[in-house]
Amino acid sequence: MRRILSTVLASVALLGLAGAAMAQSAAPGEALGVPHPWGLGLQEAFGPVKAAIHDFNDLVLYIIIAITIFVAGLLAWVIWRYDSRRNPVPSRTSHHTMLEIAWTVLPVLILLIIAIPSFRLIYYEDRAREADLTINVQGRQWYWHYGYPDNGNFEFDSYPIADADLKPGQLRNLSVDNPLVVPVGATVRVMTTGHDVIHSFFVPSLGVQKYTIPGRTMETWFRADREGTFYGQCNQICGNNHWFMPIAVRAVPREEFDRWAAEAKTKFAEGQGPGWPERDRATSVAALTDPSAASPGEARR
Amino acid sequence: MAHAAHDTHAHDNHGHDDHNHAPGFVSRWFFSTNHKDIGTLYIIFSVVAAFLGVGLSVLMRMELQQPGLQIFANGQMWNAMVSAHGLVMVFFVVMPALIGGFGNWFVPIMIGAPDMAFPRLNNISFWLIVPAFMLLGASMFVGQGAGAGWTIYPPLSDSAYQSGPSMDMALFALHLAGASSILGAANFITTIFNMRAPGMTLHKMPLFVWAMLVTAFLLLLSVPVLGGAITMLITDRNFGTAFFKPEGGGDPVLFQHLFWFFGHPEVYIMILPAFGIVSHVLSTFSRKPIFGYLGMAYAMVAIGVVGFVVWAHHMFTSGISVDTRAYFMAATMIIAVPTGIKIFSWIATMWGGSIQFKTPMLFAIGFVFLFTVGGVTGVKLANAGVDVILHNTYYVIAHFHYVLSLGAVFGIYAGFYYWIGKMSGYQYPELWGKIHFWLTFIGVNLTFFPMHFLGAQGMPRRYPDYPDAFAGWNLVASLGAYISAASFLVFIYVVFLTFVRKEKAAANPWGEGATTLEWQVSSPPPFHTFDELPRIR
Repeated sequence: MRRILSTVLASVALLGLAGAAMAQSAAPGEALGVPHPWGLGLQEAFGPVKAAIHDFNDLVLYIIIAITIFVAGLLAWVIWRYDSRRNPVPSRTSHHTMLEIAWTVLPVLILLIIAIPSFRLIYYEDRAREADLTINVQGRQWYWHYGYPDNGNFEFDSYPIADADLKPGQLRNLSVDNPLVVPVGATVRVMTTGHDVIHSFFVPSLGVQKYTIPGRTMETWFRADREGTFYGQCNQICGNNHWFMPIAVRAVPREEFDRWAAEAKTKFAEGQGPGWPERDRATSVAALTDPSAASPGEARR
Repeated sequence: MAHAAHDTHAHDNHGHDDHNHAPGFVSRWFFSTNHKDIGTLYIIFSVVAAFLGVGLSVLMRMELQQPGLQIFANGQMWNAMVSAHGLVMVFFVVMPALIGGFGNWFVPIMIGAPDMAFPRLNNISFWLIVPAFMLLGASMFVGQGAGAGWTIYPPLSDSAYQSGPSMDMALFALHLAGASSILGAANFITTIFNMRAPGMTLHKMPLFVWAMLVTAFLLLLSVPVLGGAITMLITDRNFGTAFFKPEGGGDPVLFQHLFWFFGHPEVYIMILPAFGIVSHVLSTFSRKPIFGYLGMAYAMVAIGVVGFVVWAHHMFTSGISVDTRAYFMAATMIIAVPTGIKIFSWIATMWGGSIQFKTPMLFAIGFVFLFTVGGVTGVKLANAGVDVILHNTYYVIAHFHYVLSLGAVFGIYAGFYYWIGKMSGYQYPELWGKIHFWLTFIGVNLTFFPMHFLGAQGMPRRYPDYPDAFAGWNLVASLGAYISAASFLVFIYVVFLTFVRKEKAAANPWGEGATTLEWQVSSPPPFHTFDELPRIR
């Protein structure tokens, strides 16, 4: 029990250190939103949604650590003080009305303290008030399909990079060929739709997650406040390559974004999208057993 | 009068045929109608299933010990094993041990009933779960396996994505296990309402019986909903319906609602019996009555009732509207209140006691602390605002393993050590029991505590390979899993020692603190526990 306690305390201390270390600035385009080796707390926040989540998360974290320490302390005291060798004659107390009322009412108050900012947070997260652009996100087995209806109405696919093709600086299982590009500081409305099975569009450092469900269109939003690349992964079990359909969001200055969008419009003209040919459902299932049908991503195994 | 005298005479001629004379092996263990024998069968079954469940978790941790795919050929095989691990642990380890095993053994004895209300129904409840387990086990070896997670969300669980009979086998396994649970639940409810000994009012019932009563109601109300959902899934897969297929006007999210309407009460089904066991163990070894008995009983009722109206907190990212999220968030947090009452009442039960630290007590105290840890992370996850970045990550894995793998399983171990002398007549070896406890405690914490960090950093669940940054804590978790698996083998050794040493257990080995009826009868209890109904003062 003491072991756990000290782990909790150490975690809290390390959490502070990690936060301080990550505050240093990074070069533009650098991988910012990534998990860190031996990381303890949430990934660093790079947008207002995630920042709001951090504020709330800290509040709840302190409360639950305090509760855990309180309960552990009570247990430790009871174990020490009421050991049969130290206290051979047990009391017969089995009621204490005031105490029982207290431990019913106090948790209610604590929950109220949590609930008020929590409600504020979910309504803030829900949807963008005034979006600068809309992006359509579709999860597919097993890659992402992005559309830019406001910037020339082009669409493209985003595939992961196989281990063998990784260039220096690229991250295994996180880097993609065509990242989702957004203007830095722009409020981005995200519309998610499904295509085959349910996937989940999840970018921790921007504080955004939404399922992509066939037959539905759902809305969420994010804003990246720093130039850089923010990574995420599919977060709903979706079949064979569930673990290998990462998400990369690249935030660039507005002018660069406009240049990119103009280029992308011709590059990704209808039917010209790069990447693997889209397989129909039957092939994607057959590929599991038939090595000749394996696509490049599977061939690396 | 004359008739009665004649009966007595006839019995004398048969020489106590009706008391302790158990039937032969086959009729005793295969056609069993005795609640204690069926309970024993359930416990043996649960231990056998645990070998598969634990074995799968070791395979999973071996795969995750380092980045890359080492053990599993592909993601589909991994998904199938992950799904099987979940389903085996929930339906074939925890539920049979707590409900079928300890429930069958001790509910009738604790309320002073001669047996369960429907002994033959009890028999079929057990024998349904055996083919269910075989179907699920076999599904891993048919085709590509049933790899849609234990939550079996369509479209992934549809025939287009999980083709072949494997998924259907898993679904039929759930149907059989569900039927078993529903029949068992009806049996418990009837028994508890109608067969209590004279004087055993509801408010005098032991807390374990209260826990089983609430559990039985949860089962009876929630499992049929699962049955409906998986029936629709089966017809979607095989008979051309489109309940959950958007291309035919169906809705995948409907399945999530139905599944979690069952799934959330299900987690209380797994933990409430453990609550009951822990209450008894804490009271016995503190040599004090339960603190706030009525509060404890009604806290469980409250958890059961509120547990039915919180299901969509599993679906915060499934596109339900923000107002709906707000409601489910508030309802979910309310569960912390009755849970808090239980935690504090347990501590108050120990307060002022004269505590003996026997193995069951160690597991019970461990339960209180670890359940608190799992509970407070649950409070965090209840907030949809944070759940946005924790949903489906290892933080959730850590949370529900703290309440189940460390909660329910600690409850099972506490119950086992508490009652093994009563059930078998042989007392367990105390030293090895304590070794088992410490090994388990260290192993499971080492496994699951680092998962909080992985989840906070954003590692998604159901991944056989992960970005390199997650390697460190995954290695620690894997080492913990090996210790946990070793502790399971120590448990098997404890069982082995218990039956080899044959150290006779007294009728009441725990002393004055053990007050419930099972300690008034011999160890093991006679084949028919009560010749005449006990009277409760």
